[in-house]
Amino acid sequence: MAEAIAIGNLTRRFGPLVAVNGVSFTVAPGEIFGLVGPDGAGKTTIMRMLAGVLSPHAGTILLDGIDVVAAPERAKPHLSYMPQRFGLYEDLTVAENIRFYAELFGVPRKERIARGAELLEAAALGPFRRRLAGNLSGGMKQKLGLICALIHTPRVLLLDEPTTGVDPVSRREFWAILYDLREQGVTILLSTAYMDEAERCTRLALLHAGEIRSCDTPQRLKQAMPGALLAVPAADPRAVRAALGGVPGVLGLLLMGDRVHVRVDDAARAAPLLAARLAGPNIAHGEIARVEPGIEDVFVALVGDATKAEAA
Amino acid sequence: MFGRLGVMLMKEFIELKRDRWAMFRLIVPLLVQLFAFGYAATFTVTRVSTVILDLDQSQASRALISHFTATGIFDIVDVATDQRQITRDLNQGTATLAIVIHARFAANLANGKEAPLQVIVDGTNSNTALIALGYVSQIVALFQEDEAAHLLPASAGASAAPGTLTLSLQYQPWFNAGLSDRWFFIPGIIGTLILVQIVGLTAFAVVREREVGTLEQILVSPISSFEFILGKTVPFFLIGLADVALISIVGILWFGVPFVGNPFLMLLGSSLFLLSVLGLGLLLSTFSQTQQQAFALNFFLLNPFFILSGFAFPIAAMPRILQWFTYLNPLRYFLVVIRALFLKGVGFWTLFPDFAAMFLLGTGALAISMMRFSKSLD
Repeated sequence: MAEAIAIGNLTRRFGPLVAVNGVSFTVAPGEIFGLVGPDGAGKTTIMRMLAGVLSPHAGTILLDGIDVVAAPERAKPHLSYMPQRFGLYEDLTVAENIRFYAELFGVPRKERIARGAELLEAAALGPFRRRLAGNLSGGMKQKLGLICALIHTPRVLLLDEPTTGVDPVSRREFWAILYDLREQGVTILLSTAYMDEAERCTRLALLHAGEIRSCDTPQRLKQAMPGALLAVPAADPRAVRAALGGVPGVLGLLLMGDRVHVRVDDAARAAPLLAARLAGPNIAHGEIARVEPGIEDVFVALVGDATKAEAA
Repeated sequence: MFGRLGVMLMKEFIELKRDRWAMFRLIVPLLVQLFAFGYAATFTVTRVSTVILDLDQSQASRALISHFTATGIFDIVDVATDQRQITRDLNQGTATLAIVIHARFAANLANGKEAPLQVIVDGTNSNTALIALGYVSQIVALFQEDEAAHLLPASAGASAAPGTLTLSLQYQPWFNAGLSDRWFFIPGIIGTLILVQIVGLTAFAVVREREVGTLEQILVSPISSFEFILGKTVPFFLIGLADVALISIVGILWFGVPFVGNPFLMLLGSSLFLLSVLGLGLLLSTFSQTQQQAFALNFFLLNPFFILSGFAFPIAAMPRILQWFTYLNPLRYFLVVIRALFLKGVGFWTLFPDFAAMFLLGTGALAISMMRFSKSLD
């Protein structure tokens, strides 16, 4: 049983909509595996099926060798699932919430106290033990959710967009906890719509419309991206994007804040062509330079023009 | 280790304790409704606004009118001088009842002919109208008796018709000697208020966990549906029992309704009723994704439960189909139990069928809820 998570050909429909379509991947113990994709790609549906609260229409799920589809209750003590909005009881204090979730999973008192203190420390929530969960900030709530999800020392942790709406400081603390867990051998599967967060994962599955488009380490995904990437900084990047539409050799255009990422078949050949095209209508721009692609570039390259248009 | 059920209960009670309005919401509406119902829910007609048109203006007609006024029930609001005035009074609602004593009333009475007396009643509220008419006929009968007593000696008293038998009915109501309808209503109100409160509380509490997202969290834990449902319902069971005790005591002490039954049977009956009511609330929650849906369903169900319970309208008088529906209504059985225990003081075996029915309804609803509440979000 080498894999912590092994799912095969997983399919789930909601009426006529196929939310997850024949998805397969495996996650090794101690990995931080990321599911990346836009809203509606099927991330939450996969998470819920893994957590055993939604049954798939086809496919297999093995968690540490336990068949989740056949015996969801057997898998539950070993896993932890943190939905986008963790269900905290807002009328209960931080400590009471932790105790509640510890008891639900049958954590012995001693262990609860020791582990609770350790997790509170790591999340910098120690001083807020007696505060009502409802009075915490968004980031603190999310960290408390993580503590509640971790109090029973799960072997597999499922996190559905855990840092959405969390401030940068809390987010860094959150990731510090995740790295610690990884050291302890906990397998983490998380979904995210943040590309910078995706880069922190050991491996990624790029998900679009219920299907996996690509699955590999962030490094190899970037290397495997067809073509090369040129960045065109400009005061009016929208004008740049509009102008570069039909240039030969351009495979894709992506607006990235104050610049446009241009995916081309050959960087050396395309760069002068781009400069020439922009010179015509006299669009001001900075130096056109080759850059390393980010996950977002890879994702857009894989998924194609349809989402690129939407993203714009 | 405290156990999963224990920690569910602890959580519920902490939440209840932290909810500053909880005590207010749990007690004040009950008491307000008990007092409102206790004073307002009555069929007794104690005052009938009456208009009188005396076209005879005789000693006999005045004697009849004084018979009416002497009761204290008929409040003469207007003395009319013609028929149109009566029509106007009835139309405007100034008067509910009109008494018209036609000309030749006294003469005909003396001659033993039909004395023309006309009574017009506003039938809008048929119940009040019937009761008022009942009073009228009693008074007229009394008047006839008195008149006969006056007249007969004058006609030498000899001609008492042979073979005339005067029947006099004597009423002796059991269990509620004064036929006070407050005694009838207060126990019913207790059952009705408990139904409304506990069904709502239970349904909303479960649906709220669904809305807030805590339910999803609980589903992924190893807690069983049984433990979860028990943890959610035990607090409301205890609240329900406390409510029954509270409003029963107010009913007994404030409204003076007697309680002649066995308190332990009352505890048993209330427990079984609460079981069925909690089951109903849970069932409702399994059909609702949001509190709004639960509210709408609750609203949709409670009125029929109220009407088809025998609270105010006798079940025996309902069409057969509606009578069948009443068998599914826990309130129907509890009203029998609570009225019997308050007023009649019957024993266990008399109430056994009602106990059994509530038990079956309760366990049935709980079983269906538990099946529907399978630990999944499908």
